[in-house]
Amino acid sequence: MFPLESYEKAESVQDAIRLLSDNPQAKPIAGGTDLLIRLRDGKKGFGHLVDIHDLDELKQCELNADGSLLIGSGVTYTAAIASDIIKKHLPHLRVAAQSVGGPQVRNVATIGGNICNGVTSADSAAPLFASDAKLIIQGPEGRRESTMPDFYLGPGQVALEQNEILVAFLISRENYAEYTGDYFKYAMRNAMDIATIGCAATCRIEGNILQDLRLAFGVAAPTPIRCHKTEAIVRGATLTEQLLQKIGLSVEEDVNPRTSWRASREFRIHLIKELSQQVVRSAIEKAGGIIQ
Amino acid sequence: MNQTLNLTINGRKKTLDVDVRSSLLEVLRDQTGLTSIKQGCGVGECGSCTIMVDDILIDSCIYLAVWADGKSIRTLEGESRDGILSAVQTEYVESGAVQCGFCTPGLIMATTSFVEKNKGQPVSREQIRKAHAGNVCRCTGYQSVITATENCLSTKEESSR
Repeated sequence: MFPLESYEKAESVQDAIRLLSDNPQAKPIAGGTDLLIRLRDGKKGFGHLVDIHDLDELKQCELNADGSLLIGSGVTYTAAIASDIIKKHLPHLRVAAQSVGGPQVRNVATIGGNICNGVTSADSAAPLFASDAKLIIQGPEGRRESTMPDFYLGPGQVALEQNEILVAFLISRENYAEYTGDYFKYAMRNAMDIATIGCAATCRIEGNILQDLRLAFGVAAPTPIRCHKTEAIVRGATLTEQLLQKIGLSVEEDVNPRTSWRASREFRIHLIKELSQQVVRSAIEKAGGIIQ
Repeated sequence: MNQTLNLTINGRKKTLDVDVRSSLLEVLRDQTGLTSIKQGCGVGECGSCTIMVDDILIDSCIYLAVWADGKSIRTLEGESRDGILSAVQTEYVESGAVQCGFCTPGLIMATTSFVEKNKGQPVSREQIRKAHAGNVCRCTGYQSVITATENCLSTKEESSR
């Protein structure tokens, strides 16, 4: 039995916001694969739940008329992997989704939940950072937009009011149409493991020139991050092995990993230097680029 | 904090009065006697509590019972019919994929889900391993489980099912 003090089932996002506003102690529950474990563990703050599990409103995965992609927060990993839109336009997010847990967890856990947990190891975070995803958040006053860097405040902390619901992620056409990407995850095991380092890259190339690179990491800092310094250094560079080495050297400036029982800071930095080169190489090759 | 659930369990319609604080595992074991479902880790890692809800594979220990309202549930108990084992169960026996048996009900549900989705398609042992990544077994070393799954996919439609 989960130690629940109150439970309300929301019939819609609007209903969820009303129920959350009525009970300032309440939190939303979606897939529950993290939350129910913490609740059973007796962690404080999860005793009052507003249930948004399986709300159809949050499960869209579609191409808008203006060319932007809309991914509902309630899309499960399995649904994301199965989505033709994600397969075609956000391959790095698909790879990240495939790296999460096992089938049972991927069938239930949601991308929105992964982000709202606020953990730096969230596998969906780095790909969404790399694609400059906007977050659509609904509250009592209506909808607002946020960005990934603005949403992550610190470890386990996100900029979401108690009575707000993360509804969807929005990726504008200019942030995916000409980009190809990949995601690399380093963990102790090939499945059912939390990332020691997660790394997403998307790139846009023209001939042998790297027109743009977006490089993002999970577990490389207290929150998922983008590597803006490295990105600026390599923008416009020729596709060479030296370019990859440059990325490997520069990326240390962008990150700030910690030592935990999973891995030391030093080992994480080593992984970051290696994985950044591997993931960029893969993204370039997927885009049809030839590294000289 | 009780709620009435209308659901189908192994093909039979049921109405259950459940405490909203229960996991689906607790309701199915304690109120319907489906004890093939085991609670192992309780955190969604071992897969011993694996069942299907509307043919979707889930860990019932971290799944609220109320989420099953209106859904159709499959557990190991429903896989054999009239004393005849399902194709997957038969292959587990043939391949020696059962040892102590604690994880077996969950594993068989994971295999069944995978086989139903991949029938007639070429599948690698790596894909089979990935499809069983959510189920831990301490006895078999998994090789016999993978072999059983391979055999299920290569056999023609079973006449028994």
